[in-house]
Amino acid sequence: MDEAQAIHPLHDKASSRPTLEAWRSLALVTVGPILLAFLLCALALLIAGHDPIAYYLYVVERGVFSGQGLQQTLTRMAPLLLHAASLIIAFRAGIWNLGGDGQFLLGAVMAAALGPVLVTVAPDWITLIACMLLAMLVGALWSLVPALLRAYQGVNEIITTLMMTFLGTSFANVLVKLIFLDPATTVPQTRTLPVEDRLAWLPGTTISSGLFIGLAAVIIVHLVMTRTAFGLRLRIVGANPKAALHAGLSVSALTVIVFALSGGLAGLAGAVDIVGVFGNVRADWNPAYALAVVPLVFLARFNGWATIAFVFFYAVLDIGGESAARRIGVPQYFTLVLVATMFILLALAEWLDQQRRARQRS
Amino acid sequence: MEALLTTAFLTALVTGAVTAGIPLLLAGLGEQMSEKAGVLNVGIEGMMLAGAFAGFFAAYMSESIALGFLAGALGGFGVALLMALLCVRLGLNQIVIGIGLTLGFEGITALLHYNLFGRSYPRLPAVETLRIPGLADIPVLGPAFFDRPLIVYVAVLLVFVVSFVYRRTNLGLYLQAAGDKPAALDVTGIDVVRIRTFAVLTAGTLAGLGGAFLSEVGAGLFVPFMTNGAGFIGIVLAMLARGRPFWVLAGAAIFGACLSLTTALQVAGVNVPTDVIQMIPFAAVMAVLIIFGRNAHLPAALGIPYVRGAR
Repeated sequence: MDEAQAIHPLHDKASSRPTLEAWRSLALVTVGPILLAFLLCALALLIAGHDPIAYYLYVVERGVFSGQGLQQTLTRMAPLLLHAASLIIAFRAGIWNLGGDGQFLLGAVMAAALGPVLVTVAPDWITLIACMLLAMLVGALWSLVPALLRAYQGVNEIITTLMMTFLGTSFANVLVKLIFLDPATTVPQTRTLPVEDRLAWLPGTTISSGLFIGLAAVIIVHLVMTRTAFGLRLRIVGANPKAALHAGLSVSALTVIVFALSGGLAGLAGAVDIVGVFGNVRADWNPAYALAVVPLVFLARFNGWATIAFVFFYAVLDIGGESAARRIGVPQYFTLVLVATMFILLALAEWLDQQRRARQRS
Repeated sequence: MEALLTTAFLTALVTGAVTAGIPLLLAGLGEQMSEKAGVLNVGIEGMMLAGAFAGFFAAYMSESIALGFLAGALGGFGVALLMALLCVRLGLNQIVIGIGLTLGFEGITALLHYNLFGRSYPRLPAVETLRIPGLADIPVLGPAFFDRPLIVYVAVLLVFVVSFVYRRTNLGLYLQAAGDKPAALDVTGIDVVRIRTFAVLTAGTLAGLGGAFLSEVGAGLFVPFMTNGAGFIGIVLAMLARGRPFWVLAGAAIFGACLSLTTALQVAGVNVPTDVIQMIPFAAVMAVLIIFGRNAHLPAALGIPYVRGAR
């Protein structure tokens, strides 16, 4: 077993070109398990007394085929894509940044604190850019302690980032309730960025242009990680830190840089969700996107293009599921179960496929 | 401040600390065994939730707390079985599968709760306590430590049992070897996969008990996502304890006290937002990691699946 597999059983070689064989196994290893997951979860729906076919049709209809639903789906993709970009950098460099939710929320709160105030004195575009930069800075700063602990003390970052995410969630609430409170409202929330000052909608739609920020982030991250020397360095650190040291790379410095980039992108996700969609942060708001995106990025095997497809897929389930929760009475938690089932079945299929290939070789 | 130091307040504080600490202790002990054997069990949060729901469900249906705990242990065991199959037997990535299991069981338990109890929100009656004569009459400490449900004593007793296993038995040695040098263990004729499976299943069972404690003793009801990071705190405790069960006990006591302080201060009418107090335990972990981070010991083969003959 080589090092890359030890880190990640679903890993492929980033540079391999798709062949016919690859497409065939893609169909078997990807589509099969997804269908099986739908089937298993359909059984669960049946047992719970719902009509699974009606549910699935409703979710797809609401998520993709209704005009408003599709617009919501595409808008929802923006923060998910930015989280995905954040995770791709970290995971490819072998760093488990599981603190995305804390970085996201603090970025969101800081953007919501700055935006509505700054917009009264500065032009829109300066406000929007300032909010995004500030959120990136805050996200990066929130990942600094885990970064330094990992880089210079060797402390496992899974623990530290999770702790920082719990800490950040509470801290974001403290900020909203005590410091950035909007005195004009009775519910605890920040001041609101007026709709006309937010990120523009695509002409003729209600799709936030944050979608393009998300798409650009994933594509740039993908290209940097697979096509540049900097990306190669990070991948070496991820695949084998000892070899990276021998190759003369400064593993500690690269680790801190990866954390900063990853945290910054998660913070940016928060800003884009605020200046693009919500306009303010209410107390106790936590969409918890990051942990849900982790499986998607793995399913995509850290590949940017595949990630975009999976994120779209998940956004459909998410938006469709939200609406189905109101209409059909299947709670939103069902989406979580569906994604987790898919995820575990896909990991299994991958393993079976590896076994099959190993048998063929021998 | 004087009002804070009444006997009633202190009793509530210490009792609350024990109640909050026991699930952390059980999860931490389980995680410690799993990590010792080389399996980083991130699914422990999901195992606790499964235990919490199964425990609540069985206790509610059978009106028996004992059956509830049995079901809770089985719930955690069931999730651990999946983890053992996927990560130990098949050697899939432990962190990835752990996250998958946690997400999945967050969803499944929330869904089951919604379907079965979503409209009624039933509560369990208070759990009967086992009063230890004499000791229970000590002020403050008596009610907190010696007038508690049986499971509290069992959990503390487990610390001694596990410590004995690690220090004095072959099994303890095997567990350690499975995490530090699995190939060496294999050479002596002990099946690494079997030892690791045992460790993961024990971890799941203990986490399930911890979850059942949360729902049956702690809250008296099941709430979706009710573990709220308790499993992750268990992982931290296991990492900081460096393989020593008594350190897990100490850590669980400290964390329990932090969590208990949250409620106690509110009851006492101290006007601090809950969010500030909720930050205390996590800030405490970070402080501990910053100060003692270098000492956090992890088994050499932690997280790496063992495949016989693969280098």
